[in-house]
Amino acid sequence: MEEPSDGRRMGGAERRPAEGRSIATVGGGEKKEGNAGGEYGGRWGRRRRWSSPTVLLVFKNTKRKFRYTYMIFPVSYINKIPFYDLQIIKMFKTCAATIRCTKVVRNVNLEKLRHNYLFPEIEARALEHMKKYPDADIIRLGIGDTTEPIPDIITSNMAEYARGLSTRTGYKGYGAEQGNKDLRKAIAESFYKGLGVKDAEVFVSDGAQCDISRLQLLLGSSVSVAVQDPNFPAYMDSSVIIGQTGDFLDETLKYKNIEYMTCGPQNNFFPDLSTASRTDIIFFCSPNNPTGHAASREQLTQLVEFARKNGSIIVYDSAYSVYITDDSPRSIYEIPGARECAIEVSSFSKIAGFTGVRLGWTVVPDELYYANKVPVINDYDRIVCTCFNGASRIAQAGGLACLSSDGFKAVMSVVDYYMENAKILIETFSSLGLVVYGGVNAPYVWVHFPGSRSWDVFSEILTKTHIITVPGSGFGPGGEGCIRVSAFGQRERILEACARLRSVLL
Amino acid sequence: MSVIHNCHVTPLSSSSSAFFAQNRLSVVRTQIVSVSHKKAGVCKCVATSPAEQTAYKTNVSRNGNIAKLQAGYLFPEIGRRKAAHMLKYPDAQVISLGIGDTTEPIPDVITSAMAKRALDLSTVEGYSGYGAEQGEKKLRAQLASTFYANLGIEEDDIFVSDGAKSDISRLQVLFGSNVTMAVQDPSYPAYVDSSVIIGQTGQFQKDIEKFANIEYMKCTPENDFFPDLSKVSRTDIIFFCSPNNPTGSAASREQLTALVKFAKDNGSIIIYDSAYAMYVSGDTPKSIFEIPGAKEVAIETASFSKYAGFTGVRLGWTVVPKELKYSDGFPVAKDFNRIVCTGFNGASNIAQAGGIACLSPEGLEAMHEVVGFYKENTKIIVDTFTSLGFKVYGGIHAPYVWVHFPGQSSWDVFSEILEKTHVVTTPGSGFGPAGEGFVRVSAFGHRSNVLEACRRFKELYK
Repeated sequence: MEEPSDGRRMGGAERRPAEGRSIATVGGGEKKEGNAGGEYGGRWGRRRRWSSPTVLLVFKNTKRKFRYTYMIFPVSYINKIPFYDLQIIKMFKTCAATIRCTKVVRNVNLEKLRHNYLFPEIEARALEHMKKYPDADIIRLGIGDTTEPIPDIITSNMAEYARGLSTRTGYKGYGAEQGNKDLRKAIAESFYKGLGVKDAEVFVSDGAQCDISRLQLLLGSSVSVAVQDPNFPAYMDSSVIIGQTGDFLDETLKYKNIEYMTCGPQNNFFPDLSTASRTDIIFFCSPNNPTGHAASREQLTQLVEFARKNGSIIVYDSAYSVYITDDSPRSIYEIPGARECAIEVSSFSKIAGFTGVRLGWTVVPDELYYANKVPVINDYDRIVCTCFNGASRIAQAGGLACLSSDGFKAVMSVVDYYMENAKILIETFSSLGLVVYGGVNAPYVWVHFPGSRSWDVFSEILTKTHIITVPGSGFGPGGEGCIRVSAFGQRERILEACARLRSVLL
Repeated sequence: MSVIHNCHVTPLSSSSSAFFAQNRLSVVRTQIVSVSHKKAGVCKCVATSPAEQTAYKTNVSRNGNIAKLQAGYLFPEIGRRKAAHMLKYPDAQVISLGIGDTTEPIPDVITSAMAKRALDLSTVEGYSGYGAEQGEKKLRAQLASTFYANLGIEEDDIFVSDGAKSDISRLQVLFGSNVTMAVQDPSYPAYVDSSVIIGQTGQFQKDIEKFANIEYMKCTPENDFFPDLSKVSRTDIIFFCSPNNPTGSAASREQLTALVKFAKDNGSIIIYDSAYAMYVSGDTPKSIFEIPGAKEVAIETASFSKYAGFTGVRLGWTVVPKELKYSDGFPVAKDFNRIVCTGFNGASNIAQAGGIACLSPEGLEAMHEVVGFYKENTKIIVDTFTSLGFKVYGGIHAPYVWVHFPGQSSWDVFSEILEKTHVVTTPGSGFGPAGEGFVRVSAFGHRSNVLEACRRFKELYK
């Protein structure tokens, strides 16, 4: 076969498609610069990525002398495509087949994920806004990120512990994967007094988000899952990733195979369990992120009954329990029978401003059994020992200090500070005639904008007041029409935000 | 009486006879009790007393993958044996050369940075909340410039984590259950165990001591601890640890070049565990990315644990190059980023401050000193066993000594050494069937303990 006279027109003999992606672009031989695979337009300009090994075919267009075309097609197509006026003069195996791309197939579960994880997406929008308005004074009431410094008593404990690691007597290597003994005891005593939770049932971790994924690893891909709608996105996303769900359905904005339990003002933010299908696992967050609703004792009793009747396991997220101001239950284990059907996950993040320090815990009761009578705690311990190596010792030292009586008093005054913020936000939105939920037992205010799309409201608020919030639909279709405003922030910033909202939304 | 004569009473097995009254004719309901011949994991024996038989249980099926695991994770098992031994001999001075746990204090320059960061969290200017899940920019940049300068790895290819062990599982979640994987044999148990948990493997085959569907690449003295790639089947993922835990062998440039070529030819992805890279002497490669073309086929995971004594502080990192693509061209790093953002929330900011201090000139010097100290320990252990006439491997590029006890069961040797010298080691078969006949002696310890242990070995084997 002859070589074409103009090597550049070839667009590929020496230069493989830059990204290694097999992009079939078809067209004339003129433009060959740069990313041959990607940017090339040409007559047809159709672009596609192939997932099977491909070849680069160079054709001579017999109708026009010296005109060369190249195409990238899967090997299997070669005999099928009718090349009328094109004569194949050279075939190259593209890099996609052997060199630039591996042959490892992408995990289909990750393909199912419809959007980016919600909070990096919010952050990306914030950055975009900052670029557009470099002089704007942006107030962040979006991601629930704590802002107030950690009380001295806790950080000085952590600092002392860190310094101790430089001494012979103070140095410690690997810790128990389940956590420091004293800390496990302190957690059991501080949060589960009288509820029968033993030290050995407490697994200290680097945070609830990590624990949720470890629980998914524990439970595996064959279990069915129910979530509240709206809910903290990590439950849904981790469920998709581990393979429990089907595809995302555009019509309903839900993943197939997950049971979405609608929680809204119409049902007092508690699902109608009489119409809920049975699933193996039920994720339940109370006080709720994002709606701020704390389930009542009656509601949780119903939930536990429902779970026991169906032989389901509740994964109860109590990360905001210290924000409860009324007598709503703070732990699922306050409900009789919960020890046999519920796991509880919690975190120091919102208790002590440990969002960056990373410390949390999960309780797996001894009496929680699989259908074949194997204790769930045995398997969870195995996961923790194999897939994790314990929370940072320094963070754990901080956790212990938090649970001392002075430490706890100190962190609770920060919690009160945030709840004061929440009160101010509720007042502001109410005064603007908006219906507001939450903010009483949780540091989130759930504002209803009837008839509006939450991403539109988010954008409008951002553009007009430079305040970042979170659109409710990011938490599930049941969140549409609502905005979540977080009460974490310095008082002056909260007051400033409220002033701006008043001036704009009035 | 006639009832008993007429009915067909199947002889009850010894395990269940205790639980049923002799005259009961009820059908024996099968109870699945996890029992293994080795002392099982955290298996609190699930005694099926009549009361418990009627105890509430959920209807949730146990994850079949976890059921495939044979016993507890290796190192907690070693810990248990050590604890049992200490109970038996309360006055014995037990020396731990088993679990690779660092013992020397962390250099001041590093801990004072962590202390400062902790105290800053109490100030308005110094407080920080959630960090980037991928890690602090400064740390990522320093990691790139310290370990990957001139290798074309950039700051945003690096994902800071709470350690290599967690990263290995996150990588398994990333790749999912439908990929095949290969490991060295012997190898660090987390690769195999995490593979079982995610569902990539079949059942454990007791006769060959291997899980179905994993390709075990034998690494023994006969093949210079590098697998004969011509005999290895293609798998999607290849776990490769160098310097190796447990054998201590470090792959040469030629060997790694062959490995990269093998991966390229097969379209596989290498997960290269470089947790001990700082222990390398001489010209031996420290990073897989020293091999040309590796960026298109390899992920590298690493850790501060064994460099800075951060085993309890928890800090590591994983490199996923931009050039690494799935078969459809999708960048692997994008998916890993998604995993990190969804299933993780960043390493502790205090640990990261420590990491930044580690990579300062003073910190690097301090780390090299500590590494040097453990390397001297290793030499002492190597010399001891060599002088006793044993064939000894490793111990040059890694803080592990791989001692050959031909014809013996490694658990028996482990027990004998523990019983007679009160020194904890790790039996080779815990790392895979090709580890049988070997014992791993770790060099992490106070100098005095290492010297004492060696003295005891000399006593035992003289």
